[in-house]
Amino acid sequence: MTLKQKDLLSIQGMSAEQIGHILQTAESFKEVSGREIKKVPALRGKTIVNLFYEASTRTRTSFELAGKRLSADVVNISTATSSTTKGETLLDTARNIEAMRSDILIIRHPMAGAPALLARRLSCSVINAGDGAHEHPTQALLDLYTIKEKKGRVEGLTVVIAGDILHSRVARSNLFALTVMGARVRLAGPATMLPPLMGQWLTAPPGQIELFTDFDRALDGADVIMMLRLQLERQTGGFFPSVAEYARLWGLNAERVARAKPDALIMHPGPINRGVEIATDVADGLSSVILEQVTNGVAIRMAVLYLLSGGTQP
Amino acid sequence: MSKNTTSWLITGGHLIDPAQGIDGPADLLIIDGKVAKVGKVAKEAVPAGCQKLDASGRWIAPGFVDLHTHLREPGYEYKETVQTGTRAAAAGGFTTICCMPNTNPINDNRSVTELILKQAQLKGAVRVLPVGAITKGSQGEELAEIGELLEAGCVAISDDGRPVMNSRIMRRAMDYAKGLGALVIDHCEDLHLSAGGCMHEGIVSLQLGLQGIPSASEEAMVARDLALVELTGCRFHVAHVSAAGSVALIRAAKAKGLPVTAETCPHYLALTDEAVLDYRTHAKMNPPLGSRRDQEVLIEALADGTIDAIATDHAPHAIQEKEQEFDRAPFGVIGLETAFSIGYELVRRSQLSRSRLIETLTNGPAKILQRPLGTLAPGAPADLVMIDPEESWPVDPRQFQSKGRNTPFEGWMLHGRVLLTLVEGRVAHEVPAAQGARA
Repeated sequence: MTLKQKDLLSIQGMSAEQIGHILQTAESFKEVSGREIKKVPALRGKTIVNLFYEASTRTRTSFELAGKRLSADVVNISTATSSTTKGETLLDTARNIEAMRSDILIIRHPMAGAPALLARRLSCSVINAGDGAHEHPTQALLDLYTIKEKKGRVEGLTVVIAGDILHSRVARSNLFALTVMGARVRLAGPATMLPPLMGQWLTAPPGQIELFTDFDRALDGADVIMMLRLQLERQTGGFFPSVAEYARLWGLNAERVARAKPDALIMHPGPINRGVEIATDVADGLSSVILEQVTNGVAIRMAVLYLLSGGTQP
Repeated sequence: MSKNTTSWLITGGHLIDPAQGIDGPADLLIIDGKVAKVGKVAKEAVPAGCQKLDASGRWIAPGFVDLHTHLREPGYEYKETVQTGTRAAAAGGFTTICCMPNTNPINDNRSVTELILKQAQLKGAVRVLPVGAITKGSQGEELAEIGELLEAGCVAISDDGRPVMNSRIMRRAMDYAKGLGALVIDHCEDLHLSAGGCMHEGIVSLQLGLQGIPSASEEAMVARDLALVELTGCRFHVAHVSAAGSVALIRAAKAKGLPVTAETCPHYLALTDEAVLDYRTHAKMNPPLGSRRDQEVLIEALADGTIDAIATDHAPHAIQEKEQEFDRAPFGVIGLETAFSIGYELVRRSQLSRSRLIETLTNGPAKILQRPLGTLAPGAPADLVMIDPEESWPVDPRQFQSKGRNTPFEGWMLHGRVLLTLVEGRVAHEVPAAQGARA
């Protein structure tokens, strides 16, 4: 089975079967990263370009390592060094990269829909590494992988996603991914960042998606707690009054964790604001799988690169 | 016989002229660019050298009047010029267009108004009536020289593209305009509420991760302006109404007897925010496409008279400007060459009567301008359009007269084709089928 798509732009629109296939493929690739010689020749001769219009350490490095462990040639371009400073349009920059016979273009961009614009116009594969408040599909895939690895399943679990839901591409991708895989999703956050229509466009059965403006209630009996990073500049946008109040109402501390199931997982896409959305003892505690998420990210991105290149059996 | 003659005998057509209450077969005699006779025309009344046009099976209507066009000249000639914009107007059946002042420089003084009128006189295919700015540079701070603008030929004032945010300045503008008998048009948007937004706030914006503009942004400003109309008594027109809530406010103001009129645009009647899915920048305009309910309420309001006119808000942009990230692409769609046919879809779906559609494109807007246009009554200028209601045509932007290609209707199959447009009896636009009907 192949992925049957040229690009990976969003989780929305993907089937449980497609997602399951990526997770399964990632399992074989995770083993590669554990070897003494962390390299397989699967994508030898392929060219992958990382085009990042937003600061990123984790995601960019993860994609770069994934490409290199598959033996592809990987080039990194960040806004500071690109022609955008000379007034070139995004499309022209991307067309030039494609003209150098690139096979896969990985793009991160602060504006929603930028990867879709390129995918429509380019014949090479485009991977969305995060676009504005839209989606971050590989993050959701690595989150699913981590949950499945720890819990043995995704279906039937209760997953809380908490924080700035409105502006979060991680929340959107996870909302689609978790619901299609059969989890129950609780979205929790301050009412300014939790629009009542959130998720209403999904054809989820009633009760599969619930919204909470009371964090404690959202946590009751949860299997997984996924915290979102708070963008501190939202304060000036009037979304919350102060970091201190945010931390008091929406910070995950040990007392709140106790409301969830005893074996609940604590997740965070990073980078974390210690003492704001997550207390240090929780972030570093036994239930935290934050660094395992990062480890799994490489395997997931290897799987995605491999499958989009037409690979079938790793 | 000179081809340039402005005298015509048009026979066999179905005349729709709501200003005269006509919706039936009628012949038309035009002498020297003016309507001479409507109805049965006696043979001896027809002057020698008069052009004859067989309009059998076709509709004849007054030329359309657009209250809201962006001609982009001066300053943005790469997007549109007076010449290309008026040709697009003629192709769409419009014989009079009001051009908005957000050019570069802004039309906030006599020299810009005169330049536009000069270009229209030299190269314009249809009548151009400029709209002047309310404030200097449309900055919303100091009043423009409104008296001079009116003297130079402006038909109304507006800071279109922007609202006048400062309520005190808007109040002064209305007081001042009232004293001069001028019409004030506002682009109603609360810039604090809309800041950063690029589409309608709703389920689609959430899904796409695009920042929304709440309907309240338009409604709040409409409410403020209507309160100021009540305070000042100024004649006031709401541009491009897009939200159901605004319709309710305008309806209430009209019921109170306030001197208020309103327009909406073809795209709000034909589309919803779902047209933005896949980040289609050709569905990005300001105000943004609303919900299904907004669309339904606007159609009802057009039918019941709460909304007086269909205006295009024709806003051409270059291809490279629209082929960008959705946030970065400019607001605006073109509309002159599709407006009638988009409106005609409502008639075909029985949501609007044929004569009401024509009224909202002719007499409706002409009354707002207080100009003797939008009718083919004897003595009126022979501005008219001949339409084949049966013909269907695919929207192909490459065929447009406009420089703009930014239409959300590309690929649509539309009905009702403008065959011939006359301005004061002169041919402003003609397709081959109309030539065949001439003798």
